[in-house]
Amino acid sequence: MPELTLIEALRQAMDEEMARDDRVFITGEDVGPRGGVFRATLGLYEKYGAQRVIDSPLAELSIVGVGIGAALYGMRPICEIQFADFIFPAFNQILNEDARMYYRSGGEWAVPMVIRAPYGGGVGGGLYHSASVEAFFAHMPGLKVVIPSNPADAKGLLKSSVRDPNPVLFLEPKKGYRLIKGNVPEGEYTVPLGQAAVSREGADLTVIAYGIMHYYCLQAAEKLAAEGVSVEVVDVRTLLPLDKDTLLASVRKTGKALIVHEDNLTGGYGGELAAIIADEAFTDLDAPVKRLAAPDVPGVPFSHPLQDWFMPNPEKIAHAMRELAAY
Amino acid sequence: MPTQIIMPQLGESVVEGTIGKWLKKEGDLVKEFEPIMEVTTDKVDTEITASAAGVLLKILIADGTTVTAGTLLGWIGQPGEALPAGVGGAHPVAVGGHAPAPAAPATSLPGSAPAPQRDLGFISPVVAKLAAEHKVDLAQVTGTGGSGRITKKDVQAFVESRKSGLQPRPQEEPAPWETPGDGDLFRPAELQMPGRQTASAAPPPQPGTELIPGTTVALNPMRKAIAEHMVRSKHTAPHVTTVFEVDMSRVAAHRETNKAMFARDGANLTFTAYFVAASVAALKAYPVINSSFADDRLLLKKEINIGVAVSLGDEGLIVPVVKRADEKSLLALAREVNDLANRARSKRLKPDEVQGGTFTITNHGVSGSLFATPIINQPQCGILGVGAIQKRVTVVNDAIAIRPMCYISLTFDHRITDGATADYFLAKMKETLEGWGQSS
Repeated sequence: MPELTLIEALRQAMDEEMARDDRVFITGEDVGPRGGVFRATLGLYEKYGAQRVIDSPLAELSIVGVGIGAALYGMRPICEIQFADFIFPAFNQILNEDARMYYRSGGEWAVPMVIRAPYGGGVGGGLYHSASVEAFFAHMPGLKVVIPSNPADAKGLLKSSVRDPNPVLFLEPKKGYRLIKGNVPEGEYTVPLGQAAVSREGADLTVIAYGIMHYYCLQAAEKLAAEGVSVEVVDVRTLLPLDKDTLLASVRKTGKALIVHEDNLTGGYGGELAAIIADEAFTDLDAPVKRLAAPDVPGVPFSHPLQDWFMPNPEKIAHAMRELAAY
Repeated sequence: MPTQIIMPQLGESVVEGTIGKWLKKEGDLVKEFEPIMEVTTDKVDTEITASAAGVLLKILIADGTTVTAGTLLGWIGQPGEALPAGVGGAHPVAVGGHAPAPAAPATSLPGSAPAPQRDLGFISPVVAKLAAEHKVDLAQVTGTGGSGRITKKDVQAFVESRKSGLQPRPQEEPAPWETPGDGDLFRPAELQMPGRQTASAAPPPQPGTELIPGTTVALNPMRKAIAEHMVRSKHTAPHVTTVFEVDMSRVAAHRETNKAMFARDGANLTFTAYFVAASVAALKAYPVINSSFADDRLLLKKEINIGVAVSLGDEGLIVPVVKRADEKSLLALAREVNDLANRARSKRLKPDEVQGGTFTITNHGVSGSLFATPIINQPQCGILGVGAIQKRVTVVNDAIAIRPMCYISLTFDHRITDGATADYFLAKMKETLEGWGQSS
């Protein structure tokens, strides 16, 4: 099994899907000859041509709108939003058209489209290049929201998303693009949507995360293991629809739950997870459900010390784990 | 906010109660309306139920202690909830012969010293669940969590160590010497020799204190209450008794005809039900008897709630009340009278079932008495005495006839009414009973 970076795995997934199905095409800002600002689509323009890897205007509403139209005509668009921060001009298209189409048409019209968007902070991107947007979209039934945390999952989940008959918002932890490496199975495989994974087994507490935070949680869990605390880590993988069973089974086992995300706390996706656990695993809880999230400030600060203050990291996560373990 | 557990007033004239036994320990989960303690008063023994769901946070008054009604006995709340500052128990009232018992845990495991009550700290949902599942007394579990809290792992470790014999087993598992043995030796004789007739059972020995001449006997709370009440009633109301004789032929016939049918409906049709029904008719006709004397006025009661005295043998007697008897059929009355009497004998009455009576019936005939002059159950106006039903020779239409006859007496408060009204009342009862089934 070759070791790939997260972004290499994503590129491989798109490459394989375009080779497999000529209805699949990519559109977005600078996705063509430039290969995207993160080089996610590097080489695909050369391989598949300008008809299938299309540079778009700087207009996210248009990128998504075009994707919806093409999907309704039978294509399988992969729309790239350069930074998740820029997705909001397309918010209306995604919520009012994309997510609702199948429902609105009584099942007659589906939108088999993937919107890829790099998200998250810690990259020195400041306010316009660091946002976590998952909470806005995980609120929208009709949409699927996927966030991979490692290369193998990233490839398998993206392939499943391309093949899914309904719209998928595929959020990529950009700080992990080249930071997170991992072995990726050779040959054809997919990872089904809607399934969480227990990525590390443990007995004392459950930590639930996704994206780069999941990567940090594994590191923190390793640290805690050296201190004698056994942490179970659950990777959400698909935020919508959520795999409650895996989550709840783990919390029922350990009796303690810590939820970690880099989006700010209030109204964040962790609130929903906490509510589900409190509701459905109440009698198995041995401690309050805890959340570790970014502070409620309007954006990820540009200043590096302030960015460090903002971002949860393995140290902060380990600290939260210790506190919960000692409860 | 924790909920107080208060000693209720278990009767109109009851001012104090004795905690017989706490049925829950501190830290136990309690459901709303679940019995949490047994309380003995001079009128009724009952169970006090939880007024809220949660955990029994604190027991302030120990088993065996007598306190005045309204005393704070303990607290129910959420696990780990803090009690309001400065709260504590009121001072227990010592009663002669019933000195407050020293505080002791309600139950202790065999072979283990009673664990001192300690603050268990916050009990998490899963700890409460595991403790209930495995019958773990959390007071015996060492907490290793934050602030000494008992964690899920602590309970699991305790259960494990108990399995390996390091901890006492829960009380539910009887000691080996208490486990019945196998084999014929341990089987009852009648099972071993089914053919043989066993001797008919003698009446069970009377429990209670043996009365030895030349000694004194301390009064039980019920006896004390009866003594106080009887003196007060005689002192309060000028008692006058009037007596009628009733031909019970029609009632007896009705009862014979309907007994089986009532039994099918689960009711034992007793004569008492008829007397309650006839009292209702008479009280409706003469509402002044359904009243109380209150200094300068009469309180005419809206409801007709009829108390039926139930003898508890040597111990005393108790008067459960059939509420709103005027709204009930004979079947409902029969059923309720049976139920109340049964539960009175087994001391399972609820406090409000001995309260609120507006008139009382005492069926002294069950012990053979022909007629009596009962004492009024204050603050009511009257009490009906029912004598034994006997076949007597009587004159009917100038002929000598043998009829089931019964003396009924009404003892009434002469402040409230006079002999004539009392007689009309009894006449109405006589008319109702003698004409049973004719008009209704």
